[in-house]
Amino acid sequence: MSVAGINVLVEETRARQAAAGAPLLAVSGVSTYYGSVAALRGVDLTVGEGEIVTLIGANGAGKSTLMMTIFGAPQARSGTITYAGQDITRLPTHAIARLGLAQSPEGRRVFPRMSVFENLQMGASLNGGRTFAPDLERVCGLFPRLKERLQQRAGTMSGGEQQMLAIGRALMSRPRLLLLDEPSLGLAPLVVKGIFDAIRDLNRTDGMTIFLVEQNAYHALKLAHRGYVLVNGRVTMSGTGRQLLDDPAVKAAYLEGGHGAAPGA
Amino acid sequence: MDVFLQQLINGLTLGSIYGLIAIGYTMVFGIIGMVNFAHGDVFMVSSFIALIAFLILTAWLGISSVALALLLVLVISMALTALWGWAIERVAYRPLRGSFRLAPLISAIGVSIFLSNFVQVAQGARNKSLPPMLEGGIALTQGEGYTVFLSYKQCLIVGVTVALLTGFWYLVQRTPFGRAQRACEQDRKMAALLGIDVDRTISLTFVLGAALAAVAGVLYLLYYGVVSFSDGFVPGVKAFTAAVLGGIGSLPGAVLGGLIIGLIEVFWSAYFSIEYKDVAAFSILAIVLIFMPSGILGRAEVEKV
Repeated sequence: MSVAGINVLVEETRARQAAAGAPLLAVSGVSTYYGSVAALRGVDLTVGEGEIVTLIGANGAGKSTLMMTIFGAPQARSGTITYAGQDITRLPTHAIARLGLAQSPEGRRVFPRMSVFENLQMGASLNGGRTFAPDLERVCGLFPRLKERLQQRAGTMSGGEQQMLAIGRALMSRPRLLLLDEPSLGLAPLVVKGIFDAIRDLNRTDGMTIFLVEQNAYHALKLAHRGYVLVNGRVTMSGTGRQLLDDPAVKAAYLEGGHGAAPGA
Repeated sequence: MDVFLQQLINGLTLGSIYGLIAIGYTMVFGIIGMVNFAHGDVFMVSSFIALIAFLILTAWLGISSVALALLLVLVISMALTALWGWAIERVAYRPLRGSFRLAPLISAIGVSIFLSNFVQVAQGARNKSLPPMLEGGIALTQGEGYTVFLSYKQCLIVGVTVALLTGFWYLVQRTPFGRAQRACEQDRKMAALLGIDVDRTISLTFVLGAALAAVAGVLYLLYYGVVSFSDGFVPGVKAFTAAVLGGIGSLPGAVLGGLIIGLIEVFWSAYFSIEYKDVAAFSILAIVLIFMPSGILGRAEVEKV
């Protein structure tokens, strides 16, 4: 399918949503605290079905906190989070996962003393193994490296391999909304390109909705349909990926020096 | 040589019982990082449940087959003790999760005191005994005035232990529940992100630990024939020692530690002095921990990031 065709599809999806009036994920007025320290101060953002939305910001801006707050760990102190029309702000973490959200979290968090295969089985816990074989095949297709290492203990793999595993594990539950927290952190440029290509494929061919947190702002904004900028726990800017890429303030703060790093798109 | 063989048999029998209790300590420590000091008393309670169940089955219901009675006693004791394990976690530990680290530990000591006093009040302070059963055995070697004797009880204890540990091993290594259990052990938050109900998994861990302690309780009652309200303490501490010796958090370590403690105790009693058997067991623990701080099969705390 051509890129133009995809764009039309995406536009159609958005139009349908606008008609229905509800994005897949809506975060409104969310504040999260660690003790008495505010990490998020009234964050508003939405992710529509079929979109790739990215959230960029400096270290400590609260990006990962937002990802975890969506999953109720920690829970938001105020504000609401709705997913597919349902208020999930006060649900326990595992109940949120059961609604069809999956996350590849900050720091990867693979189970170090389990094999790669068992980690993927854990990812598939929710659909009871019915679609395990084809899902495993798909993940191995996206990340052939994992296929070679199915029996290896996850804790002994390199950072890049663990990152692939963390993403693969999140995919095993066939999520409707996939949250990726810094999938490119600490990886070699070639591996980063592979992972970003995989994200694009998932969105285009499977129609998966993706919410992406990235420090690699250039790649993320090129990939995403829309983006938000988070500064000190507040959303300060939003727009399409293109708009943010061209914005002088974004350029100055997040993109300087980023151009040189192997543009993958 | 004959004496050695006999002590080996005795030591493995005792070690099996310690190993079964030790698994409860090590699993709970693995998943919530807490030493469940009430576990020894749960073991003692299971012995009482077994005794009462046995008397009801034989005296009231008139079951005369020893094998059937034992099987029923085992099942009843495992079920009721598992219920105790579940209730204790629910009432005494879960409300304290997320509290400061010592809180559940103190609560555990409270539960331990509660259980032994409860049994003392409800059942009386004297030793309770089981009518002699399953006597006899096999004489393995004979001659020179010493007979190596393998009693049927010992066969049963080792056999039941091996069978249950095999099943348990399968449960932990090969089933979705076991996988979830190990996942919670390694990263609870991540397990929750994957849709695992962590609280439920922790509850089930207590249930499993208590059920295995119940097996130990039944076998202990069968082996020694008596039980008293204070019998939770020493075997409990020994089993805890076994778990630490094997490497706390490690399931094979708990079994191995149990066997080692059992063997040390028995051999020391046979060759040196029975009064100092506990000193010997705990000294070995101290020595091993000096050279292997994380126990024999424990993992060092470094992991590749």
